[in-house]
Amino acid sequence: MIEFINNYVIPGLVLGSIYALGAIGVSMIYSILRFAHFAHGDLMTLGAYIAFAVVVAFGWPPVAAMPLALVGTVGASLAIDRYAYRPFRKSRPIVVVIASFGVALMIRAAIMLIWGVQPEPYVEGINPPLESFEPFRIQEKHIVIVVVTVVLVTALHLLLTRTKIGKAMRAMSDDADLARVTGIGTERVIAWTWVVGAVLAAAAGILTGIDTLLKPYMGWDLLLPIFAAAILGGLGRPYGAILGGLVLGVIQELSSYPLLSDEPFISPGYKIGIAFAILVVMLIWRPQGLLRGRVL
Amino acid sequence: MEIGGLLLYLMALVTMGGIYAVMALGLNLNWGMTGLFNVGIAGFFAVGAYTSALLTTPPMLARSGADVGGLGLPIPLGWIVAPLLAAAVAWVVGRICLRLRSDYLAIATIGIAEILRLVALNEQKLTGGPFGIKSIPRPFETMDRPWGEIALMALVALLVFATYLFMERARNSPWGRVMRAIRDNETAAGAMGKDVEAFRLQAFVIGSAFMGLGGALTAHYLKVLTPEASEPLYATFLVWVMLIVGGSGNNKGAVLGALLIWLLWTASELVTGALPTEWGVRIAYVKMFLVGLLLVVVLQVFPQGLLPERPPKLAGEKAAGA
Repeated sequence: MIEFINNYVIPGLVLGSIYALGAIGVSMIYSILRFAHFAHGDLMTLGAYIAFAVVVAFGWPPVAAMPLALVGTVGASLAIDRYAYRPFRKSRPIVVVIASFGVALMIRAAIMLIWGVQPEPYVEGINPPLESFEPFRIQEKHIVIVVVTVVLVTALHLLLTRTKIGKAMRAMSDDADLARVTGIGTERVIAWTWVVGAVLAAAAGILTGIDTLLKPYMGWDLLLPIFAAAILGGLGRPYGAILGGLVLGVIQELSSYPLLSDEPFISPGYKIGIAFAILVVMLIWRPQGLLRGRVL
Repeated sequence: MEIGGLLLYLMALVTMGGIYAVMALGLNLNWGMTGLFNVGIAGFFAVGAYTSALLTTPPMLARSGADVGGLGLPIPLGWIVAPLLAAAVAWVVGRICLRLRSDYLAIATIGIAEILRLVALNEQKLTGGPFGIKSIPRPFETMDRPWGEIALMALVALLVFATYLFMERARNSPWGRVMRAIRDNETAAGAMGKDVEAFRLQAFVIGSAFMGLGGALTAHYLKVLTPEASEPLYATFLVWVMLIVGGSGNNKGAVLGALLIWLLWTASELVTGALPTEWGVRIAYVKMFLVGLLLVVVLQVFPQGLLPERPPKLAGEKAAGA
């Protein structure tokens, strides 16, 4: 049982936290700006590499580099919205989706141009399990990932429920026209959506880097699970995205449990296929997601 | 460069550009005519490429890390089965996603393309894994240089022309009119009694079949097939840029865009070939950046592309409109 938790549940929750952070952004951008943002994965990569630059330049630990990286990613996302997406506000939403693919390619190319393609760790060295949690194998990085996720999700919850802009965001997400006639400024809400989305995306990217390695394709590879998590939870439902992320993370890790024989039930090479399978099942069975989100 | 080398380069340009034109025409049926957002071109490309390669590669010759044997069947058979199998995959994807809004189709097509790339990487016994399949037969390769190249180029040109005629016929037919109606106003098309979902599925499946054909042609032309060939940058986004620059909705535009973008893409290789290797690697990223930039800028500045769409005249319509 303890082996089971060590090998499947803990990695699943860690992975799920990262998925959740990405999925919240995708879900909110979808419900407020009305398009599927395919550059979101690469926004995560960008945040991770900005943090890497800070780590290299000042010799700080990655968590200390986080605030600067979040600010940098927010700046980048606002600039991207201004120059790449805003001109399309009046066109068909799908045209912005094409533009978001273009932005994804641009971000990734810029990262490879600046930092190269070699996988890089934030900090060299091994990361032994902490002794105080015996018999559970929990490493320091696992605690960092879960704590950062909980802090950010709590901050998001307070923003959405206690502040005026948070309420405006929820109103826009529920009914854009109704929100507009009550005098909510569309562009201001959109700007805040990017702030929230970029902060969470950059954090997810940095946490992925802490968990494994920095790679230019890390964000692109996370894109499919993130969309699956957002749809699983229900598009436009931030809490659904958290649920979807955690569920998907755990299911993905459990999929390699040797259920029928000594071999993994599903080969680890196909882990991302689980996300896709869940996505397909949701599209057929319940496109509105677990928490009754929006159907595209 | 001497004149013979230049001619060989031009022929290679037209051959590969022509293969891209077939795929761009397929995408034009998906996106330009029907408004279906297919970003899984790489997936259908891979289905076509691996199908045809496995059917036609001789069993003895194919050795690459793991033994990957083909069936050694005639090439034309591969070129027929490849698009059919790509169409079958498209049918399944389409049945699931086409009733929902286009963003879902985007997610699902990206997903299927990634899964198929994983299959190509992981199923080493079938696909050769990262080493891929080698010694794929190329049509006319027994002929002397340059006649083999010329014959292949002519064959590809013929296929492009046939695809173009087929797409033009589709566009001018009542079927093509329904497609445009669905693209421009789905509700109205439905209210006129058209089965929107069935028509969309047809357009999606037929367009994807041509992407599969493009994959098969590429595999035989390059003679080597690795999972890198279905990297989304080359197989998906380059085709998108071609169609959007050329003019989506216009079949001539799709062909023009394919040849033009492929000319620019390969011409830059001539330049980078003269530079030190380290620069060559960087230029590849610059090119990737430019593909992304073109997608955004062309859509913003001239969304109609070089050759804007011109809807065919309806029977009985006067030449001069109001």
